[in-house]
Amino acid sequence: MNTEAATLSPARIALVGNPNSGKTALFNALTGSRQKVANYAGVTVERKEGVLTTPGGRTLRLLDLPGTYSLRARSPDEVVTRDAILGRLAGEAAPDVLICVADATNLRLVLRLALELKQVGRPFVLALNMFDIAQRQGLRIDLDLLAREVGAPIVTTVATRKRGLDELIAKAEMLTVTHSGGGANVWREPDAAEIRSAHAEAQRIFRVCVKPPERPDTITGKIDDVLLNPAAGLLILATLLFVMFQAVFTWATPAMDLIDGGFAALAGWVGAYLPQGLLGSFIADGLIAGVGSVLVFLPQILILFFFILLLEDSGYMARAAFLMDKIMGGAGLHGRAFIPLLSSFACAIPGIMSTRVIDNRHDRLTTILVAPLMTCSARIPVYTLIIGAFIPQTTVWGFLSLQGLVMFGLYASGIVSALLVSFVIRKLFWRGTVEPFMMELPTYRWPEPRNVLLNLWARAKIFITRAGKIILPLMVLIWVLATFPYPPEGATGPAIDYSFAGILGGWIEPLLRPIGFNWQMSIALIPGMAAREVAVATLGTVYAVSDPDGTATALSATLSSQWSLASALSFLAWYVFAPQCAPTLAVVKRETNSWLWPTVMFVYMVALAYLAAFATYHIAVAMGAG
Amino acid sequence: MSDGLALVSSLDAALADTAGERSLSLASRGDRGVIVKVTGVTGADESVATDELERRLLEMGFVEGARIEVLHEGLFGRDPIAVRVDDTRVALRRREAGAVTVKFDGIQS
Repeated sequence: MNTEAATLSPARIALVGNPNSGKTALFNALTGSRQKVANYAGVTVERKEGVLTTPGGRTLRLLDLPGTYSLRARSPDEVVTRDAILGRLAGEAAPDVLICVADATNLRLVLRLALELKQVGRPFVLALNMFDIAQRQGLRIDLDLLAREVGAPIVTTVATRKRGLDELIAKAEMLTVTHSGGGANVWREPDAAEIRSAHAEAQRIFRVCVKPPERPDTITGKIDDVLLNPAAGLLILATLLFVMFQAVFTWATPAMDLIDGGFAALAGWVGAYLPQGLLGSFIADGLIAGVGSVLVFLPQILILFFFILLLEDSGYMARAAFLMDKIMGGAGLHGRAFIPLLSSFACAIPGIMSTRVIDNRHDRLTTILVAPLMTCSARIPVYTLIIGAFIPQTTVWGFLSLQGLVMFGLYASGIVSALLVSFVIRKLFWRGTVEPFMMELPTYRWPEPRNVLLNLWARAKIFITRAGKIILPLMVLIWVLATFPYPPEGATGPAIDYSFAGILGGWIEPLLRPIGFNWQMSIALIPGMAAREVAVATLGTVYAVSDPDGTATALSATLSSQWSLASALSFLAWYVFAPQCAPTLAVVKRETNSWLWPTVMFVYMVALAYLAAFATYHIAVAMGAG
Repeated sequence: MSDGLALVSSLDAALADTAGERSLSLASRGDRGVIVKVTGVTGADESVATDELERRLLEMGFVEGARIEVLHEGLFGRDPIAVRVDDTRVALRRREAGAVTVKFDGIQS
């Protein structure tokens, strides 16, 4: 083969390994911000690819595959890993070289995976990651012997300190040329006896190559004694979630004020320099006010994701699933549903996608159906606005903010209703057994700041692009609807009453009047179907445009003077349940490959929303808040 | 007898054997031993085939000869349990633990 040509052409390398092996940290360390997240063709598993350039100037394309214990795929995620390695994925060539990432302190299970990889016939490098921890524990690994036994070159790495990366890349690149260790693919799905004999072989290799640690990790055990204590563990989990939501509120305020002030100043500046009239109104009221009212919630969304990433990276998330399994099982949900449902607090879309780790169909569908009841970050703008306008900024019991408490209550009603709905689904429709629950509890680690920041940056990018691509055009549409047609000569009411927006709002209003909605609220629901937070921007636009003096009053001040408390609470109740998110419904369609489930979801959520808002409104009115 | 016995099905109890060999589903926190048998049969209705459950257990490290220790128990019905299998910590329900037989060290109360 022509060595020179092989050196010049870009090579494809795939990272494979057990969950919690630090595979993604290694991927981040190797590619930095030069990565692209997309979906595999035809399936919705996230495809993470990054690019790096070797010292020799060669381009390497790195693929980060979902973590797995075996090539015997059980969930859609693991199917992707298997098919990518075997080169069976549509539109994807098999990788030239594999990097098998192992947690150096936990080699047994990955050695069996490595033996499976050997059968695939692709050359691979075994990366012993987190080697510094192994050294600290006094774990002695005979690297030369291990390399001979496994039949693959070995590199020790510390992804978080970027140690061993150059050597890893050099070895992997060399394999793309020499193909040493490669051969025919003889892999097929192993049966129980074959897994046993592979285990025995892995165990033998482990015994001859690894001396047990002199100072084994005892910290994880000590932490677990507290965090997995039956009673205290649940209390700590509840406290953690509570602190998380309080933080979302209090920490974000300065940054939000800054963004808010920035956009107000920008709108003022534009207003002063542009001629009064259509263009000025379009830019100040349509574009700037619309985008500003959504971007202002970026700090809160980032704080929420920050907590979720910390919990994931530290190893706590699996403990949370352990603690919650029985409670969720009582509601007919699988313990594994905890992570999709927790992700749904940020956004139901990644949450619904991550249900792919649940392979039982009924377990998975139940989780998908209730995931949107978790309070996603797109509801935060709506909740914040209404709470800020109607709930006084007082402190209860000396240290709790009343506003934070109401927010907690909204989150809690989302969780409780999700459990109730899944309970009903399980009792009425799908009786029967739930999927086995088996999950590794990884060693606790300090989250790596660089990793957390890279992931946070990816989230921020997604949110901002979304604000730009979906929300901005909608804002323009809303501005058009709210501006045209002009009121007739001699009209007495505000101009917006005569616009398309006013007409449309007037049509739905009778339907929503029983739950206390006025036409501005009614119209906010229509573009709010695109994304929940758009409702805030719509209210901003609708009220800014209808402001007779043209002065920019704070939206919350406007609302508190225009809405009754009962209407505001009813609006909140609506938003706990309503399926105000077309992208979620689209994802459900894609994940279930049927229109049936998005339809079921839409109908049951609208019904719940209407009932909840109706009850809330009438109770509040009866209590004198009308 | 441990109070755990009251919680388990008659089939689990039937699996309880002499010579300290018992189903993992009966174990209490602190129990240690060596896995002597892994099957896919739990004695309850499972949503996956017995052969599939057996392979999953094996892949997570539940294999004959592995050292096992029960580290933690959940609050409700002492379920699920967290165990150490050799060097790996794994959480699983008592139900699925029914497919694993362990020879426990010493005399179990």
